[in-house]
Amino acid sequence: MAHEEIIAKLPYQHPFLFVDEILAVDENGISGSYTYKATRDFYKGHFKNNPVTPGVILTETMAQIGLVSFGIYLLSKSSNAESEIKIALTSSEIDFFKPVFPSEKVIVKSQKEYFRFNKLKCKVEMFNEIGELVCRGKIAGMMQE
Amino acid sequence: MSDKAQMISELKEIVKPYIQDEEAFENLHEDTNFITDLKINSANLIDVILDVEDKYDIELDNDSMDKMLSVKAALEVIKTKISEK
Repeated sequence: MAHEEIIAKLPYQHPFLFVDEILAVDENGISGSYTYKATRDFYKGHFKNNPVTPGVILTETMAQIGLVSFGIYLLSKSSNAESEIKIALTSSEIDFFKPVFPSEKVIVKSQKEYFRFNKLKCKVEMFNEIGELVCRGKIAGMMQE
Repeated sequence: MSDKAQMISELKEIVKPYIQDEEAFENLHEDTNFITDLKINSANLIDVILDVEDKYDIELDNDSMDKMLSVKAALEVIKTKISEK
């Protein structure tokens, strides 16, 4: 499955799509990138006069690249490509190490722990452009077509 | 302790991190249902299944998964899978 096809199948759109590019994907994991535009609405409120990307948005970005994009790829191996996917986030446990400021680009890397009985659980890490670890943790969700 | 009592106590240990209803958990017995009594959500029920596989060194398929909704059903599935080994 081509990287662009994965993004086209994502069930998100602006202003809640947080995937720009899939960099690599195989049976064991995925990596992708996203750049947070400085004009994003949430920077007006988080924080007052001190824009920092909210942790929930970082978590969402990790889930969209590391779990949903990856899940679309894994499901494409086993079923027909035309059907819509159904997804639900079931757990996330993330530690944060560095702030992400407006206009920063991040790279998300995800490794499969298991994908069984429609539950996908992954170990996910996010890095900034100079390769520093921004956050990492485990995210799981239910995915089926 | 009988085999069955031992397995029930092992199963109790496995489901412990995922339960929501403490009282049902304390009173866990053969007819306890994982979803309606213990209020384990469907995503965590999969973790229970995977932990059961590790504990008894067995592999469970979709059919077993669909059946394993109560303590009693789980014991039956586990026993069957162990005997097939």
